Amino acid sequence: MPWTRRHLLTIEELSLAEIGQIHATATAFKKILGRSVKKVPALRGKTIVNLFLEPSTRTRMAFDMAAKRLSADVISLDGASSSTTKGETLRDTAENIRALGADMIILRHAAAGSPLYLSKFLDIPVINAGDGAHEHPTQGLLDTFTMLEHLGSLKGRKVVILGDILFSRVARSNIHALTKLGAAVTLVGPSTLVPHWFTDLGVKVSHDLRSALADAEVVMLLRIQHERQSSGHFPSLGEYTSMFGLNKTRASWLNPKAIIMHPGPINRGVEIDSELADGDRSVILEQVTNGIAVRMAVLFLCSGGQPESVIPASA
Amino acid sequence: MSTYWIQNARIIDPAAKRDALGDLYISDGKFVATLSAAAKKRAKKIDATGLVACPGLIDVHVHFREPGQTHKETIATGSRAAAAGGFTTVVCMPNTAPVADNAGTIQLINDSVRRDAVVRVLPTGCITVGMKGAALAPIGSLKRAGVVAITDDGDCVQSNELMRRACEYAKMFDLPIMDHCQDHSMTVGAVMNEGVMSTRLGLRGWPNAAEDLIVARNAILSEHTGAHIHLQHISSRHSVDIIRRAKARGVKITAEATPHHIALTDESLATYDTHFKMNPPLRTEEDRRAIIAGLRDGTIDIIATDHAPHTDYEKDKEFDFAPNGILGLETALPVTLAILVRQEKFKLPFVIDLLTRRPAQLLGLPAGTLAAGAAADLCLFNPNEDWAYDAKAGFSKSSNSPWHGATLTGRVKTTFVAGKIVFAQGKIL
Repeated sequence: MPWTRRHLLTIEELSLAEIGQIHATATAFKKILGRSVKKVPALRGKTIVNLFLEPSTRTRMAFDMAAKRLSADVISLDGASSSTTKGETLRDTAENIRALGADMIILRHAAAGSPLYLSKFLDIPVINAGDGAHEHPTQGLLDTFTMLEHLGSLKGRKVVILGDILFSRVARSNIHALTKLGAAVTLVGPSTLVPHWFTDLGVKVSHDLRSALADAEVVMLLRIQHERQSSGHFPSLGEYTSMFGLNKTRASWLNPKAIIMHPGPINRGVEIDSELADGDRSVILEQVTNGIAVRMAVLFLCSGGQPESVIPASA
Repeated sequence: MSTYWIQNARIIDPAAKRDALGDLYISDGKFVATLSAAAKKRAKKIDATGLVACPGLIDVHVHFREPGQTHKETIATGSRAAAAGGFTTVVCMPNTAPVADNAGTIQLINDSVRRDAVVRVLPTGCITVGMKGAALAPIGSLKRAGVVAITDDGDCVQSNELMRRACEYAKMFDLPIMDHCQDHSMTVGAVMNEGVMSTRLGLRGWPNAAEDLIVARNAILSEHTGAHIHLQHISSRHSVDIIRRAKARGVKITAEATPHHIALTDESLATYDTHFKMNPPLRTEEDRRAIIAGLRDGTIDIIATDHAPHTDYEKDKEFDFAPNGILGLETALPVTLAILVRQEKFKLPFVIDLLTRRPAQLLGLPAGTLAAGAAADLCLFNPNEDWAYDAKAGFSKSSNSPWHGATLTGRVKTTFVAGKIVFAQGKIL
């Protein structure tokens, strides 16, 4: 099946087959990352613009690195240096970037739906690098890629996402990816941050850590932002940690082979004990490395590349 | 002044409980029972076969943006959109720039109305100075300058104490208080209904409860003070229930529903189209159904549009950043007919009542009737005509309508204000 999608806006709109194609392509690219010359000419002559209108370090660097590994020229713009601070609209900023000759825009934006909005009038691919509390599709893809490397298949496997789900685009993208891949997903956290509406997305919602963690094979922690305290979503970081922080005792409730994930940046001692973050069940840094391979796959496919051209026939 | 003989119309006059085929006569700007033989000979005859003749429609909730935001709409363009939609009386909200919180601004608006308007445009004044919710505006002076109600519209008065005093004070002048019911503390950053859709889309939700609380507060304050509080654009099913119970106790509250809240739900937001962004937001099917039920049993008194023009470039933004509001005047009648008459099987005279006699009664306006001697404000429409609505070709200065490009059924043919044709054959005269 050929890859036909030009934009990557959400995981919700991807088919299971498309997720598989991205993962397979990422597997092929991951091999390149282990070589001494970590570069292929796949996107030589293409210009990719990283338009990051909200702060990011990890995602932006990973996209930057991925584009460079594919030999594309990369320009990165952030909120402070762009004209949006002078009152220019997003449409005008994007159309100017297009007029300058960009072949692809990677957008990070605080407003949900903004990558879809750009894709409606731009004739170049738009890649969503996180839109508000909506989606962060490459994060969902790299997280499931990492889980698949460890678990083989996700069908029927118990995955727990723990933390601030309400405001999390990472959670939403993972929910869509995991449910498509057949995992049994439970969302856990204080009821203010895990509203019952989420059950409509095909997942369970729980506020009882013990029963939720029991036998789980993956636990994904999300960062707790202290701003949520002043908005009344929970009383204090201390209370959060005492109720929902992952510590050694609680980690012992997990399946003995369970992996611990976190999209970063982590708050040591808040959502996760420092020891666990650095422990042998933690795959947090693998996630970061896989982020490059997965983003290479996305940039390659959305630029018109086909999975068959990089995946060995035997695969 | 011309004499008109409108022939063979389906005449619907809810005030007279009239629904019959017949003729209508207009002379000297007023409806008359009949014309002399000589006058009949001279009269301009209008063949209204297949058309409904009803009182000119009345909309108690429009934003004409004048003064100060005339790039979006003016009294001239807004009143033309009204005429094209069959409306002969509209009530403007005071959230202009500057806001209409003093007699001078009301006078300025009334000067523009006299000069530019093609339908009757009635102003409202603010409840509080600057619409800031801190101190009462000069409500007596506003009344003297001609306002028909007071309201802080989009900026619902948050202080219960101040709202109580506003009620007591306005009651002295028999001025209704119109309230946009929204508890601000529960809607910080909110851009759509809170629920499954906001969860999916990652947008900040505006819960029903934020409306319900203020609706309940207003029912309590109306009961406490005896003032008439009119609840604007009810969107929540629980609010409908609160209003129903309060009315059963005899509390002097009234309520309106918009065509968009009876026609659309938050499912329409799936593509982040800002033409579905308004305040209060589109809610769920359950809410939509409850509002229709409220209209059916009289809990909700009237239809009002909340006509809220914004330019293309203002709406063409990220969903979070686009302003709230959509046009309403030119689509209100066909949309209301589609939902209430064709889908919900309301009787046409009942729906006309929601748009004519009842809003007139709500504000004590001498309108909404075809009675002999009344000013000849009249709407002639074909309830079965299909037409393609092109918002960009409409009379409003803006084109922010979710129905742009849709085929609508039910088309206004002719609008009379005080016996003068202001809209006919698709043109403003």
